[in-house]
Formats: sequence, structure tokens, C-alpha cells
Amino acid sequence: MTKIEKSAAFSRRSILKTGGAFVVSIGSPIGLDTLLGINAALAQGAKPPLVPGELSSYIAINADGSVSAFFGKMDMGQGLHVAVGQMVAEELDVPFGRVTVIMCDTASSVNQGGASGSTGIQTGGRQLRVAAAEARRVLVEMAAEKIGVSADQLTVTDGVVHSKSDPAKKASYADLIGGRYFNVPLEWNKQIGNQLYAPGKAKPKPPSEYKIVGQSINREDIALKVFCRQDFVTDISVPNMVHGRTIRPPVAGAVPVKVDESSIADIPGAKVVWEKAFLGVVADKEWDAIKAAHKLKIEWSNAAPPFPENASALYDHIRKAPVRMRKVEKENGNLDEAFRTATRVVEAEYEWPFQSHASMGPGCALVEVKDGQATLWSGSQKTHYARDGVAAMLGMPPEKVRGIWVSGPGAYGRSDAGDAAMDAAVLAKAVGRPVRVQYMRDEGTGWDPKGPASIHRARAAIDAAGNVVAYEFASKAFSRLDVFSNESKPHDSLAGQLMGVPLKSGDAFNVPSETYEFANKRTLWETIPPLLDRASPLRTAHLRDPVGPQIHFASESFMDELAAALRIDPVELRLRHLKDPRDIAVVKAAAEKSGWVSRPSPRRDQTGDSVTGRGIAYAQRNGTRVAIVAEVDVDRRSGKIWARKFTVAHDCGQIINPGGLKLTIEGNIVQGTSRTMWEEVQFDRKNVTSIDWLTYPILDITEAPETIDVVAINRPELAPTGAGEASMRPVAAAIGNAIFDATGVRIRRVPFSPDRVKQALS
Amino acid sequence: MAQKYSLNVNGKVHSVDADPDMPLLYALRGDLGLNNPHFGCGVDQCGACTVHLDGRPIRSCTTPISTVRDAKVVTLAGLGSPSSPHPLQTAWVEEQVSQCGYCTNGWIMTAAAFLRDKKKPTEAEIKNALAGLKCRCGTHMAILRAVKRAAAMMG
Ligand code: FES
Ligand code: FES
Repeated sequence: MTKIEKSAAFSRRSILKTGGAFVVSIGSPIGLDTLLGINAALAQGAKPPLVPGELSSYIAINADGSVSAFFGKMDMGQGLHVAVGQMVAEELDVPFGRVTVIMCDTASSVNQGGASGSTGIQTGGRQLRVAAAEARRVLVEMAAEKIGVSADQLTVTDGVVHSKSDPAKKASYADLIGGRYFNVPLEWNKQIGNQLYAPGKAKPKPPSEYKIVGQSINREDIALKVFCRQDFVTDISVPNMVHGRTIRPPVAGAVPVKVDESSIADIPGAKVVWEKAFLGVVADKEWDAIKAAHKLKIEWSNAAPPFPENASALYDHIRKAPVRMRKVEKENGNLDEAFRTATRVVEAEYEWPFQSHASMGPGCALVEVKDGQATLWSGSQKTHYARDGVAAMLGMPPEKVRGIWVSGPGAYGRSDAGDAAMDAAVLAKAVGRPVRVQYMRDEGTGWDPKGPASIHRARAAIDAAGNVVAYEFASKAFSRLDVFSNESKPHDSLAGQLMGVPLKSGDAFNVPSETYEFANKRTLWETIPPLLDRASPLRTAHLRDPVGPQIHFASESFMDELAAALRIDPVELRLRHLKDPRDIAVVKAAAEKSGWVSRPSPRRDQTGDSVTGRGIAYAQRNGTRVAIVAEVDVDRRSGKIWARKFTVAHDCGQIINPGGLKLTIEGNIVQGTSRTMWEEVQFDRKNVTSIDWLTYPILDITEAPETIDVVAINRPELAPTGAGEASMRPVAAAIGNAIFDATGVRIRRVPFSPDRVKQALS
Repeated sequence: MAQKYSLNVNGKVHSVDADPDMPLLYALRGDLGLNNPHFGCGVDQCGACTVHLDGRPIRSCTTPISTVRDAKVVTLAGLGSPSSPHPLQTAWVEEQVSQCGYCTNGWIMTAAAFLRDKKKPTEAEIKNALAGLKCRCGTHMAILRAVKRAAAMMG
């Protein structure tokens, strides 16, 4: 029997039903006793303003003693809200089940940056942790006053403050403040988003006292999902709502010049919304909107086809393209001198394609404008910023727009969910009714923002004694930020660009995140202009672990090439040059757990068409360290690779929820394998031609690994860092290195589709 | 032009006005407010829209409403409930399978029909039965654990 716990508290519907701000109920009026003394100073009946410097913006004790934690980030499917609930329950000394984490409603949470860069626990959880610790401190102080025992003689058990020596002297959180609000200022660092930090006077608990942090507590929302008790963003509807669909040009960059509205006159309620290059339709029934979008007769402008002729020609384009920005990130020694005097130089170049979010469901959002207020329901990862963008689109001040995050089909960065929000705003404004937009599959894959394509050059100088004396790594790529990581500005959305706001492509890439030490070393990146300077199906934005997979595919493949050139074991080469002890620890842990036998690659003891190999790769990501050993089977005849087994050593500091961490890592490895084996956005001169799951294949369950072994290194004394993306970045190199080990052939272009592997092997 | 259709869904009969070519998915979601099947692709490639038609898993995104006739439609909500869960629903919770969960409907509905007909399947048989279904979040390892767990519960 499965029991649903807290279903009412977690039902999105119940939150929506309240209509106005979702806040804890206001309890009984303030009595004379609370007007006097410390209690009145620390608690009040009316909610203080929702600003980052107020404790009430993060923590509320409800009348029944349950705790609401207001969180300006959201769970994208890895159980973040459970981990944050654990951190809050731990600091407050209440049972975990008494905490509800309410995520990303602009009416109840401050802007902590949304889902962003795997900072859910690292910065978002850190804030909730210090807020909860401060709440406990304040509650103990209030109890001291109420029961006449000094605060240092008090402790808290399950939400009841009591005397250490006489447990009968007590006051529960509910008695002390239940239903009213903290009136306690915090020391806000004046930042919003990921950097927001606002501690109080309290110090969080030492890890040695943890009872809840470190436990594998399950997510409650999975039961809600399998029993259909929770709405996805795609399921939200409001009275008088219409369904909207957008229409994209057949040639990227073309604009509608003639639209024949009479061509859809027979579809009930169908209307056209056409503003500059933005074209959409609405209808009362969803199927009618879909039909209208198909049937509408449109004449498009003659646009020059903007793209290279195919995905292969892309890399020549990148090689030849002018450099828009060049940045040397790290440099030590005298690289040029070292290469001049080298006995031997090893060089290689690697290529990574455009990739799509290809969310399980295409982008969806709902916008309602009513009585001078607007509401956005969105699965975007940046609710607060999306609210700002929708406000700009509607021409309303942001305070008049409420953004409500509702869990949607998985997003892995700046996906099409952000564009859907802006499109819904444009349509709602035009037709004067609430509009729900959901894209069709061809838009979801064809027109979402893409992870950037890139080439990477690496070279190393070796001296006469066989030592690596110099190393250079350079990327040349499309920027990862044609559109920014959030949709707060119209120029960062398709709708804005279609309506004439020029694209503002920013320059950003990165270099390998590792601690290899070489006497002479340089890492740098270069960005090139986008292929189309306006609404483009190949515009780039953040896709899970932005630029991490491409860079570390190249850099960690190259480390292997270096080891092979020197005829030493690939683990041994890494250990020779790694400096950080935690990096060394993950590499050793992965090797050991996988049963790594020291020898150079490739192995040369196999004959026949079926061969196997093993490969290692490692990376850091914002404090987290990961090493992965991949074991693959290669069928030389068909070119089919099966990434059969992964061993992942993972160190993200303090582990909050080991079970959730393991599942998060598994998801990263499988999605990383998919991106390595299959994923490449196809296009022709005119447009993207990857428009569904046949033209943008991903890993199938028949190709899933047999085993993913996770070695989670826990460091309770260290602050927790992110796990949402780090283990994705070394996957491609680990697989590529294993293919080399099995076959002696190095594949330097992702994806490793059977055709490409077969060709490389022949 | 719109016609009247009667649909037997999860044991209840409903009447829907729709174009004959409207996919069943939109009747279930739009007209009946049953949000269990999801729109994932609309072109038969992902499974998010799967429902049972007389016990057979079908993709409701490409099944015109006019072809359903008096077949019995069962959705995920009709498969089991918290008080009387299908073993796959129990296993999904116990294995904590879903990440975003948007794909969950397709996997459970497809696996339910498979496990009903195939007792004690091997891992390869499970994988083959589920081939083609999509999970973009990459929960495949947990999906396989859950289906195996449910298979064991179903004897
Ligand atoms: S939505 Fe029907 S198969 Fe994808
Ligand atoms: S859990 Fe997100 S698509 Fe499967």
C-alpha cells in the first residue's frame, strides 16, 4: 500500500485556489500580552513586506506548528525541495514531515535565482538553512521570555522549546508564533538571484548534530504524479481561457508578408495574431488552435538561407569564422618557448554539435490579464525573471504581475519554456483573454534555444625524458549566450526578437575545470557570431551544464591521447599532474571501485568483431568533483557502442540526501550518454531539420547501461556544492576513451552514432 | 464538422462533441479534464499520451476519436488509486523513479499491459517491450528497477 502524505499541502491546485498571495493564515488578533515584551518585537499578525532582508520571507510557523519554507528556487526533478526541507527541519529541530517547501511563486518567495547552475542546495539551500537557524534562535528567545528560563538553559525537541533540566517547562513553536509572522530583519547582502544571502545572528548546527540531513528521505510528489493528483503546467486552465499556437517560418529569418485569415474562417473561434514577424493563432479548443496553425495560408518573405549546408559543414564554418571575443582564462610559464624546445608535440582537435533541450513535452505557459493584474503560470526555471519579462511584454509594472512556477516537462536550462511564457503574454495581450500556449513537437525540438556547437584544440609539449612540459587548450565556439539564461528581457525571447527587438548575443564560453599542473599552461576560449542575427532556431543558451560536456569531452579525451602517446596508464597520467587532493581522491575512488588494472590504452589483446574497453575522465564543477570510469562494448561491424557500465566517484561536499543524490547522478549519466551517443541538431541551409524524436534521436531504454555504480564521497564538514550537472560533463570523454581502449581508434566528434563509429573503425 | 461521440473512460460514459479526426488525447484532456495522458510529440514517437483501449496500450495523440467507438478507455488514473494501487504505481513510488514525471504515464501504461500478459519477464524482454518510449530526464535505470519490482509483485 502506498500512502500519500501531505497531498493537500503539496497540491498545486490548493495553492492556485487561494488566488491571492499564498501565505500562511493569519491567526488570532494580537492580545495585550504579545503587545508587550519581546514576543511583540519578534512576531506580528500582519506579514512584513516580501523582501530578502526579512526572516518572514523564508520561514513561517503555521497555527498548527507546521512550517512553511518559502523558496526562490525550484525542483526540476531531482528532489531539491526534499533536501531543502531536510535542511530547514534540521535547523529548526522539527520532524521533516512538518516542513512544506513552497517553491517559486513571486507572491510568496523572493528571487533566489530559480533553477540555475546546480545552486539549489549550494546557495539556495544555504540561505534557507541560515534562515531556519535564525528562526530557531528567535523562537528560543521568545520561549525564554514566556516560560522564564534563560535561553542557554533551553533546547528544542520536535518543535517544542523546553528547559534542559525540567522538560515540563516548555512552549511549542505553535504557541509561540503559530499563525503569525516573524518580524526579524536579516543581514541581506543586497544581491538577488543565486548570490542572495541573508543570514541572521544564529549559527547553523555543527554537522555532528545532524539527524535529518544525511538521510535518504523520499520525494512525496512521485506518488502524486503516478496517481495523477498533481497538475503539470500543461494541465493548468482558467475560465475563459483560449489555446494559442505560434507559427514559425519555413526559412529561418523569413517574416510573414501576407496572412489570409479567411483560410481559417471555418474553424470555430479561430483568430490570428500578427505583429511584425510574430505570428500566432488562438481558438477556444486546443485541437482547433492546432488545426488553425496548420491551415492558415501565409506568404513568407524571401529570406536568404542563413545556415551552412549541413551539420558537418558547421565545423568548417566555426574554424573560418571571425573571432568576436578571445579570453585567456589561465596562463603560467612560457608556453611558446616550451613548444619551441619540445622533443615532441601531441595535438588534437575535437568537435561538438548543437544540441537541443528536446524536453519531454514542448514549452507551455498560461498568461491571464485581469483587473489590472496579470498572472503567469510557467515551468520556466526562472519564475521571477519570467515574471519581469512577461510584465515588459504586457507593458505592466512587474509588481502587477504574479509568476507561479508549476512543474513542467523536464527543463535543463534556458529551454523553450521561457519562450512559451513570452508568447503567451503577447497572445493574451492581443486577444484580451487568458491564453495557454503549448508548442508542437517540431517547435520544441526545432526552435528551442540550443547548446552551442564548438571546436576545441589541445596540444602538449613533451621533453626528451618523456615529461609533459607544456599544455594548451583552446575552444572556438558559438557563445553560450545568444539569449541570456533567463527571459527577463524581451530581446532574450523569440517573441521579443520577432517583434523587432534586436538580438543581443553575449560572449561567454569557458575552459576546462581541472587542477592539472604543468610548468607551462594556457587555457582560453574564443566566441564567434551567431549564424543569424535575429530569431533563430540555432540561437544558443544554457543547456544542462552549459558548455561543460563539450569542453571536457575534448580536454579529457586529450589527457588520454597524451597518456597513450607516452604509453602510460591514463589514471597514472592524471595522478601525476593533478594537484587538488579531492580531485585525486575521486580519480582514485573511481578507478578502485571499477577494478581498474593499470596499463596503457589501447588494449591489444582482442580479436574479432566484439571488443570491450574502459576509459576514465574527471572534472570539477563549481566545487564538486567527479571521476567516471566507463566500460563499453563495441561491435566493429555495425559500429554500435553499448556503454555498459559506469563507475562514478562524486564529491559534492556535505551530502544532504544520499538517495536523491544517487538518482540525480544516474539521470546525469544517462542523459550524458544520450548526448554522447546520439544527439546532434540537424539542419539544412534554410532551417533546423531536427524536429521530432526520429530526427533528433536520444538514448533508448534498450541501450541503457547495465550498471551505474556510484561512490558518493561525503564530506559533512564542507559546505554542500551542486550535483545537478557535474557528473554530466565527463561522460562523453569517459566513453570516447573506452572506445579507444577497445579499438585503438580515437573518435573526436560527438555523437558516436553507429555510422560515425563504423566509418572511423574502417 | 463536429459530431457527437460517446466515450467509455475509466468505467464512466461521457459524451463529447468533436471533429471526427480529433485525436482522443484532446477529448480526454480538454473535454473530460483528465490530465493523465500528456502531449509529448503528437506523432506517435514518445508514449506520453498512452492509454489503454480495451486493455491494449495505444497512443491517444494519433488515435482519431471517431475510431474509438465503444472500446473501453482506461487512463493512468483508472489503473489504480492510492488505496488500491497498481503494482507499477507502488513500484514507481518505492523506486522513486520519476524526475519531472512527464513521461511516467507512458512507461506505466505500456508496462502494465506488458506485465499483465507476460509473467516473470527477463530484463531483455522488459527492455524490448518498452523500446521507443522516451524519458528525457534519463531515469531509465530506475524505470527498469521499478518494472522488475512490479513484475516480482505480480508473480
Ligand atoms: S504524445 Fe503521443 S506518442 Fe508522443
Ligand atoms: S522523468 Fe522527465 S521525462 Fe522522464
